[in-house]
Amino acid sequence: MSLATATAPESAAAAAAPAGRRQGLFRAAWRHGRTKVGVVLVGLVVLTAALGPFLSPYSPTELVGIPNRTDVEGTLFGTDGIGRDVLSRFLHGGYTLITIAVSAALVGVVVGAAIGVVAGYRRGWPDEAIMRTNDMVLAFPQLVLALLVMSIIGPQVWLIILLIGVSHAARVARVAREATLKVVEQDFVKSAEAIGVPGWRIMAGEILPNITSPLLVELGLRITYSVGLIATLSFLGMGLQPPTADWGLMINENRIAITVQPWSVVLPVAAVALLTIGANLITDGLSRASIGIDRGVEK
Amino acid sequence: MTTSTDTTQQDERAALDVAGLTVVGRPSDVEIIHDVTLRVARGDILGLVGESGSGKTTLGLALLAHCKRATEITAGSIALSGAALDPGDAAAVRRMRGRRVAYIPQSPASALNPALRLGTQLREALHDSGADGGEATDAEAAARRRAVAGDPQERVREVLREVALPDDDAFLRRYPHQLSGGQQQRVAIAMAFIGCPDLIVLDEPTTGLDVTTQAHVLQTIRHMTREYGTAGVYISHDMAVVADLADEIAVMYRGEVVERGPADRLLGDPQHPYTVQLLRAVPILKTAGHTAPEPAGEDGPLLRVRGLRAGYGRATVLSGIDLDLARGQCVALLGESGSGKTTLSRSLVGLHHQFTGEVVFDGDPLAPSSYRRTAEQRRRVQYIFQNPYEALNPRKRVRDLILRPYTHLAGQPQDPDAVVATALERAALPASYGERFPDQLSGGERQRVSIARAIATRPDLLICDEITSALDVSVQAEIVELLRNLQSDGMALLFVTHNIALVSNIAQHVAVLNKGEIVEYGDVGTVMSAPTHPYTQALIADTPDFELSFGESPLHRPATKSAPGGD
Amino acid sequence: MSRLILYRLGYGLLTLFVVSLVVFLATQALPGDAARAILGRDATAERVALLRDQLNLNDPLAVQYGKWLAGLFTLDLGDSFANARPVSEYLGPRVTASFVLMGLAALIATPVSLLIGAYSALRRDRAADHATSAVSLVLAALPEFAVGILLILLLSTGWLHLLPPVFAGSASAVLADPAQLILPVLTLVLAVSPPIIRMMRASMIEVLESEYVQQARLKGLPERVVVWRHAAPNAIGPVAQVIAVQLGWLAGGVVAIEFLFAFPGIGLALMDAITTRDIPVIQAVTLLIALVYIVVNLLADVVGLAANPKVRVSAR
Repeated sequence: MSLATATAPESAAAAAAPAGRRQGLFRAAWRHGRTKVGVVLVGLVVLTAALGPFLSPYSPTELVGIPNRTDVEGTLFGTDGIGRDVLSRFLHGGYTLITIAVSAALVGVVVGAAIGVVAGYRRGWPDEAIMRTNDMVLAFPQLVLALLVMSIIGPQVWLIILLIGVSHAARVARVAREATLKVVEQDFVKSAEAIGVPGWRIMAGEILPNITSPLLVELGLRITYSVGLIATLSFLGMGLQPPTADWGLMINENRIAITVQPWSVVLPVAAVALLTIGANLITDGLSRASIGIDRGVEK
Repeated sequence: MTTSTDTTQQDERAALDVAGLTVVGRPSDVEIIHDVTLRVARGDILGLVGESGSGKTTLGLALLAHCKRATEITAGSIALSGAALDPGDAAAVRRMRGRRVAYIPQSPASALNPALRLGTQLREALHDSGADGGEATDAEAAARRRAVAGDPQERVREVLREVALPDDDAFLRRYPHQLSGGQQQRVAIAMAFIGCPDLIVLDEPTTGLDVTTQAHVLQTIRHMTREYGTAGVYISHDMAVVADLADEIAVMYRGEVVERGPADRLLGDPQHPYTVQLLRAVPILKTAGHTAPEPAGEDGPLLRVRGLRAGYGRATVLSGIDLDLARGQCVALLGESGSGKTTLSRSLVGLHHQFTGEVVFDGDPLAPSSYRRTAEQRRRVQYIFQNPYEALNPRKRVRDLILRPYTHLAGQPQDPDAVVATALERAALPASYGERFPDQLSGGERQRVSIARAIATRPDLLICDEITSALDVSVQAEIVELLRNLQSDGMALLFVTHNIALVSNIAQHVAVLNKGEIVEYGDVGTVMSAPTHPYTQALIADTPDFELSFGESPLHRPATKSAPGGD
Repeated sequence: MSRLILYRLGYGLLTLFVVSLVVFLATQALPGDAARAILGRDATAERVALLRDQLNLNDPLAVQYGKWLAGLFTLDLGDSFANARPVSEYLGPRVTASFVLMGLAALIATPVSLLIGAYSALRRDRAADHATSAVSLVLAALPEFAVGILLILLLSTGWLHLLPPVFAGSASAVLADPAQLILPVLTLVLAVSPPIIRMMRASMIEVLESEYVQQARLKGLPERVVVWRHAAPNAIGPVAQVIAVQLGWLAGGVVAIEFLFAFPGIGLALMDAITTRDIPVIQAVTLLIALVYIVVNLLADVVGLAANPKVRVSAR
């Protein structure tokens, strides 16, 4: 029929375009200016944290001068409350924070996605049980849950990752479940059921590939929050312990002297701020791109 | 027909006069509507017909000087009873809306504000109540002012009575969600007519309504336009409805009006090839039924259903269903929404488990759940879904969409490429489509891929659940033709549909489903020409019948021609 | 409708019960000897024995929990280890002080955020919208203590010495010097607002694009009526949940803020208690924070149900 032939060249042109949805999301996100700003910010902070230990003029625990001075010979930003070099401590203090934050976010997203997909696909009592348990975890603000458990056991790195990860997982599971419910309603899932494809293969092969966009957005968000939470824990003295160099801890140790020696607070606060802002900008770009793709605006 | 009685006088009093209207999309500057000229006389209805993407809704909204986000009217003029509607003058446009021009939306369920009572929404549409009107100069405007200038509450009740809705306070206090779909659409009609406008734009107002409600709503619209002397622009994709209702028809294709003329002339003697194509694609209600080769080898029916009863929880949706389906035969399962037809078809394929009764396929009983059936049974019974946009996993290439189920049911093929190519060819698609993602296909092509996926395993029974309802009529005609070819190859079909007009064109037997029971069953010719059950009779009477008065419909060609792409 | 509310209420109580169990288990029943963990390795055997007795650690777990729970109902939360005063007496004024802080932040943040969000939606894709979006994105990313420190750096040190950087005063008289409250409240407002603003903007945009708003415009209604009668009431519904989450978050968010500004509320009490391993206080404060969170969410549910005519009318 004439119409069918008339539309054929159009779809042929569409087919010629390289087809890969995963790259599509990042490419679409890149088009938003804020994504670029975010990548630059995150890149700067991560580079500082990763290369910092090799560039620092002193060891992070070495005493180099009179405490809380900005004009110490041989230092750029002066000394902290004990007399250690502020710049060296700053350069050493980001690596652990970022590693812990990313680990906790990964734990949260992987566990949360698994829980959410199973709950959303199985429905019925497993769904009820999982989501009600989830609600209990959600009744604690993330920070308070971490403080509660660590108040007795004490601050441990694995415990921080576990607690932040679990409290993330509860929140990610909600998002993954919502996304799964939307996919499950679609007929291609029923089509697989009609020919008897096993449940785990439907979840892994039909559902998971279709919820990667919200999960990536969630990962970005969770990394942002992880950095904030772990920095806050350190700031409260419940994260890494002295004499470790850590941005949150630096703020905690030096905030009393903020009027005489602002650098030892300003540097880590600025780094944490730029990191979280940058991560959130990227997340926002991803989420805008994913909405666009879902609406069929982007190809 | 009123259009031909007094042309000169009509022209002076045209309720709507549109010249050279152009709407472009931003920022791409694509013309969505190009240079459209229309004219509608008072009391007349213009049918605006086009398939999806033709720009008919954009045009309808432009008649009220309304543009969706990122679109803009760039050229042309709109005049309502001689008064120009200038899209640039927002205040003037607002004064015209509701007074001179009103809009009836496609889906009243989403166009009525869920948080406001009906009384509030109706009354606020009445602008001039209690006041002494605007700049009325001619007699009609004066009449309109008289009609609406009285007590607003009384006017609201009056217009509700006119659309056959209750007018008591309890009704006015209701919220939209407390009404049925038909009632909501009547409220939308009342809201449009309350200000006695010169022109009413109706955007597919009966989509989503069953045929009986559709017939009532159309009758109301016809009655109201006559009564008020209001001109109507009726936007639709359904040629049969427009043929029934309109005095004049304009056909839209890719943003342009390709043909315009009095309904009789356009339907009887279409000039533009696209109009001809559109008319030919309209299924014809009454025929003797599609004839198929007699089933060979009589060893009992392929599918036998006895006393099937199905439901959700405690609610029973289906009861006492008996159905037989022979090899190579097509049975149409006809029912309106809520009749239980999808539940029945899903029970048969093993997606709906809560049923009792006997379902026997080729001598062996079928378990309720697809997971309890043998792989061979799952291979031989295949299902095609209604919405081609949801039936294909968007993350997989067509090739994998066809091969994965094949591998799962029939084992690793020796030559995967051949499997894909054959399946695509039988669905009339080129083998090169295997490398595409569903995003890169049109709706009709997607549905063909769904068919290819289903027939790749060479099933004996194909269950088609409303598989053409999401497609344009011209594509629908192609799919129907494809199915008839498959049937000629010996495949049995259960064709589930709400569209009675399609039944004649594909099936030999028809089962009419109403409220969970089969009320009528027989061969198509008998049921369509002499229905015995009152429900079937009403259904046939309420369906707009459309007889092609030129040439013959491609849907009625004998199914001897080979499928396109078969060479 | 009342049945739905009762259901939510019962569910809230159940959640609270489970939360109390978690708090109890986390603080008192972890593997190992809680008393030993609290006192440290070099505590004398007598002190450990005394503490075990005080915590009922010699009873079976269920009995321990029962005694503790019974204490909660009579507001007898035990005595603080650190200062030997009854916990309820010690925390009382601090709870009031924290509620003043959270209440002020909530009262300011909610209406302001809703208005900014709605305004941003009406100005969609113009300069004001872009600015709001960028600022709220930045604020949403920052941990609340960082916002506080930046405010201190800006307003209390260097060139400007407008506001005191730390709170000086007792818990019972936090309103005595309102200027001291400005920084903590402002920090909380800035930290709590961005999600509400973004949600209100998104919700308002969705409603403005809805068919019923289009229909209201096509009816020829003035823009004022379209926005305030047709759009805004429908836009606020979906935001209620986010407001609840944010106000619930306040209860946890005050911890870092009170610590930063040395504000004598429950957050500071919690941090002090953690340092001194003052278990009764830790239990009381975490339970209280969870309680606030649950109650706020419950209220949001009820308000959401009451505001939705579909539920209000059909489920009566």
